[in-house]
Amino acid sequence: MTTVNTPAPWRPGSSTRPVRWRRLGAVSWRQYRFSAAGAAVFLGVLAAYLLIMGLRIRSGYASVGSCSLAARHIPRTCQIALMLFGGYHVWGETTAAVMLTVPMLIGAFAGAPILGRELETGTFRFAWTQGAGRTRWALARLALPAVTVTAAAAAFSQLFGWFYYPFFAFPADSAFSPQYFELTGIAFAAWTLAAFAIGALAGAGIRKVVPAIAAAMAVWAGLLLVTILYLRPHYQAPLTARGSQGAPGAAPWVIHQWWTGPNGQTVTSENKIVALLSHPERGYAQWTTYQPETRYWHFQFIEGGWLLVLSLLLLAVTIWLVRRRAA
Amino acid sequence: MNAIEASGLSKRYGSTWALRDFSVSVPAGQVAALVGPNGAGKTTLLNLTVGLTTPTGGTVTVLGGQPAGSPGALDGIAFVAQDAPLYKNLPVADMLQLTSNLNRRFDHGYARERLSELGIPLKRKAGKLSGGQQAQLALTLALARRPRLLVLDEPLANLDPLARHDFMAAVLAAAAKREVDGDGQAGGGMSVLLSSHVLAELERVADYLILLSGGRAQMAGEVDGLLAGHRVLTGPAAEADLIARQLPVVHTTRAQAQAHLLVRTSGPAEAVPPGWETHPVGLEELVLAYLREPGAAALPGPARTRKPEPMEMSR
Repeated sequence: MTTVNTPAPWRPGSSTRPVRWRRLGAVSWRQYRFSAAGAAVFLGVLAAYLLIMGLRIRSGYASVGSCSLAARHIPRTCQIALMLFGGYHVWGETTAAVMLTVPMLIGAFAGAPILGRELETGTFRFAWTQGAGRTRWALARLALPAVTVTAAAAAFSQLFGWFYYPFFAFPADSAFSPQYFELTGIAFAAWTLAAFAIGALAGAGIRKVVPAIAAAMAVWAGLLLVTILYLRPHYQAPLTARGSQGAPGAAPWVIHQWWTGPNGQTVTSENKIVALLSHPERGYAQWTTYQPETRYWHFQFIEGGWLLVLSLLLLAVTIWLVRRRAA
Repeated sequence: MNAIEASGLSKRYGSTWALRDFSVSVPAGQVAALVGPNGAGKTTLLNLTVGLTTPTGGTVTVLGGQPAGSPGALDGIAFVAQDAPLYKNLPVADMLQLTSNLNRRFDHGYARERLSELGIPLKRKAGKLSGGQQAQLALTLALARRPRLLVLDEPLANLDPLARHDFMAAVLAAAAKREVDGDGQAGGGMSVLLSSHVLAELERVADYLILLSGGRAQMAGEVDGLLAGHRVLTGPAAEADLIARQLPVVHTTRAQAQAHLLVRTSGPAEAVPPGWETHPVGLEELVLAYLREPGAAALPGPARTRKPEPMEMSR
């Protein structure tokens, strides 16, 4: 069979305008709509859970709030309400621990396959030889999901903040403490974008989807650990105060605690501290360095800021890799 | 205008040269065939031409001087890579839409008509098509972009003989139609560069031939010129060595008392030694002879004056 049907001839010089971004966006959407649908289902289930549990936590908090806890004899209904609220707290803490893996999962699973799959299956040979060129193609492929996952994460951290608010208000927990800081404010969205950027770069560098996802998750978790242990405490010089709580009233983030003897020397032996606990009058004192809760937003913006810069840098390196990558 | 122009083109991977000091000028409007043994550098040359790879040294331009990989070059070239990579999970219709969105021109009418002629359903996923259908889909996507240069890397490798024939017929029809439509207008015609192992299939289609061997061009030129520049002499094996001293022999085959010598000719009316017969050479025979003699070269320009001494080419 010979095909007689042939396309109309090309006329040179008709236009030199490059392929429009809107059309490249359509390509990007066509390519990731299935993973977007999967992520939407996963996040939808999580959101429904947060909503239902959040409402129950709030009603529990309302019952506790109507009790006078200062009274000598707490009524039985209030005891039950407190017990229930305590149970919810355990639920909430577990949920928070699960939430912490969401940026890693969303970021790595959304980011790593975008270039990793193209390079693994060889379809980049198709994509990079189209008229749009590989740089514009890669920008469109990365930008749309990057914005989507960041926006979804921002919405999610709002939902989590609402869900967890009673425990912060009680106050059982501080939003400043390491396990809640990255779930609230703008940090959650920033950590999600960082996971996406790490995933995208891993995909472009490793050229295989599954190893790239694994590498992205490991690097992201390592970065979070290093941040909590070594970076975040030093965004601003911590305050030091006598006592075990830092400044009274607020719920600060306690960085470090130690004891001093009558001459101001640091007491290191634990036995000695225990022995001295009953004799505070002899000039022994406990000291606490802490970050006051008033610095919460300051710290949020510092962390969100450097994560944003890091993410953009990683995405730029990814584009650079695409530009110089040879077949 | 030259469809492809390479000058001193080299590509090194680690310590091995995939392509070394390669120069060629393929005129526009021709079907150029790229042949050579495995690992000769065919895919490297094609990747350099379409801008997937950047050269270690030298330059390659396409479509009248546009650097490979530049926006103008990408706009005018359609490439079908080896094994025709497609998004396997996308339906055929989505592949059309996607390719259309990635290019400034896309002839939807042509693509749909051609796919329906081929019996390829638009709703089927690309990965569910047969190997031949995938190759045809990739070719359709490429042709619907209305390229001025079509580059195909081993398009026939995984096709059965009938599918090979259909595929090449489609390429030729597109190339031939373009010449008519072009009305002599500059850039109106479509040039084709394809690599293949299937020598018999190329004989019908190729206007221009490039033979690569060990990363170097061993033979390059218009097919008619190459065929006219060689002939086969058949005569007694005992005299073969004597003839070989007098004439530029590329390759000698001995079959008992008879010897077949592939000889270069400088003109059509060259004398035939007494006791010998002469007959024209076929493309497949010519390519095979050069493949068996990696030291021999037939290149345009200064290279043509070189004697086919084996040591000459392997510095």
